Amino acid sequence: MARVSVGIVPAPVITASALTKTYKGFSAVDGISFEVAPGESFGLLGPNGAGKSTTMRMVGAVSTRTSGELAILGLDPDQYGPEIRSQLGVVPQSDNLDMELRVRDNLIVYGRYFGLPRAQVAKRADELLEFAQLADRAKSKVDDLSGGMKRRLTIARALINDPRILLLDEPTTGLDPQARHILWDRLFRLKEQGTTLVLTTHYMDEAEQLCDRLVVVDKGRIMAEGSPAALIREYSSREVLEVRFGSERNEALGEQLAGIGDRVEVLPDRVLIYSSNGEAVLERITQLGHEPITSLVRRSSLEDVFLRLTGRTLVE
Amino acid sequence: MSGQEVLSDAAWRERALAGGVRPRRYGSWYVAEHRIRSMRSYGQTILATSIGNPLIYLFALGIGLATLVDANLGDDAVQGVSYLVFVAPALLGLAAVMVSAEEFTYPIMLGFKWNPIFFGMNAAPITGGQITNGILISVLARMVPTCVIYFIAMVLFGAVPSAVGILMIPIAVLAAMSVGLAIMAYTARIEQDKGQMALIMRFGITPMLLFSGTFFPLSQLPIYLQWIGWISPLWHGTELGRVISYGLAEPAWLTAVHVLYPAVIIVVCWRMSQRVFTARLNK
Ligand SMILES: Nc1ncnc2c1ncn2[C@@H]1O[C@H](COP(=O)(O)OP(=O)(O)O)[C@@H](O)[C@H]1O
Ligand SMILES: [Mg+2]
Repeated sequence: MARVSVGIVPAPVITASALTKTYKGFSAVDGISFEVAPGESFGLLGPNGAGKSTTMRMVGAVSTRTSGELAILGLDPDQYGPEIRSQLGVVPQSDNLDMELRVRDNLIVYGRYFGLPRAQVAKRADELLEFAQLADRAKSKVDDLSGGMKRRLTIARALINDPRILLLDEPTTGLDPQARHILWDRLFRLKEQGTTLVLTTHYMDEAEQLCDRLVVVDKGRIMAEGSPAALIREYSSREVLEVRFGSERNEALGEQLAGIGDRVEVLPDRVLIYSSNGEAVLERITQLGHEPITSLVRRSSLEDVFLRLTGRTLVE
Repeated sequence: MSGQEVLSDAAWRERALAGGVRPRRYGSWYVAEHRIRSMRSYGQTILATSIGNPLIYLFALGIGLATLVDANLGDDAVQGVSYLVFVAPALLGLAAVMVSAEEFTYPIMLGFKWNPIFFGMNAAPITGGQITNGILISVLARMVPTCVIYFIAMVLFGAVPSAVGILMIPIAVLAAMSVGLAIMAYTARIEQDKGQMALIMRFGITPMLLFSGTFFPLSQLPIYLQWIGWISPLWHGTELGRVISYGLAEPAWLTAVHVLYPAVIIVVCWRMSQRVFTARLNK
């Protein structure tokens, strides 16, 4: 097989251009364009209804696009659906493991769908159960697994064909913090091994943890693109001061504080003041005679980027 | 697990094209393999019904009811044969139809909605058409042995007068698959469960079982109910079984209809099911 020669930038594994999906006149995905390089970890960050899952289904070569261009591994999904899917691992938003089968059997039947020989599938299933930390649950019923275990089993299943690209649609939504951290750790290992990850999330911490680069999507459109750090640099200040004056007074005080710091955002439960030095801003506020009930200085996050871009918070 | 190989773009594309070959060719069989594995979870029920049913039915109808009928009407009680011989082809068809009624109803709704495994298959390289085919194959894999066991019981009970009677097995399967595919063409469309399954049983399967010339000749029914038999694949299968088993006399064109009618239903409903599956998976 030909090796990639050093110095040549390899072609993207996914190219989308003006990609659109319309349901009865409503554009769920409204002309988005992006590329994903091999080995990259790429994210779509956006609130519910942004069109993330719809995009993932099109990239997963199961949902026909309404218009625009899309190529996965250089192939058009309209024509080469099964070929493309043979190189993908898919973790859908809601698990669709077979409840009638035991844990290990779920991996076995799935591996067969790729035309892999039984012996190879069996070997790989055992390796993946190890990887997913489910080896001791091989014979369990799927129903008896916790939410985090089911998610890990779904990821193991997605890896049965040693995919070129792993698509993860909200991999940790609905999981408790501990389960999320276990999962992130597994995904991190895959990333280190060079698997291309494409994931959607509405958690900014997940995006910051896992994505080399991401697009912020809202209402089917891309609002911004870049690495988490670059996006924060571009669309937010270094620090944020969060102050609470009580739900009655936040609005009024927010107006009075306009002009302090780089920018002020008033949310129902708190006021955010963006600046390079949060402590200094807090001092000024106190000097002006305002007494916040609580105050907190933190670094800017993708949540702030989203707020800046859309005027709304990611998780309502 | 190893890290990813470093391959050129062209090599990856080649690998994708190669990766599609086996799934495109054998995908239907992989689906069947999966479904048959799932059947194992209720395998004991399947085994118990496929052995228990013929024994119970043949005993109750063949020994119990037949004694009564034959005692009143003689050994050539119905259509010139004993009641047991008369009723046997219908019982075989009925057993096959019951497999269809089970496998083409809930498992279809399950796969699309309650435990959407069809979407999982489709995310792998399997197409909607292949899922349809795989289900069909897996049902055959359950139905044929069920019929074979039933047939052996029929022979033991003395319900099969001639050796060509063995053709009753493919006939029963043909009739039951046409019922099954018609059911699937419908159940694959169901988005919301509003008790349609119970309706299928109550207004589809049950009247068909009773009024398909099963327990008495269709001609015994008032003419305004006989249409149920004519549209019922089970009646066509049963009549054909009787022609084969004990040489029931009927015009040749009618015998041809008994074969063609279920065959046409199978082809049409199979295509319809494939189309519905494909459309529903492409959200
Ligand atoms: N099959 C469908 N039919 C009609 N509308 C849909 C369908 N799938 C998604 N939508 C709509 O498209 C929009 C985007 O949905 P989705 O891609 O699921 O968003 P996200 O995954 O970002 O939450 C939503 O308004 C949703 O209601
Ligand atoms: Mg979604």
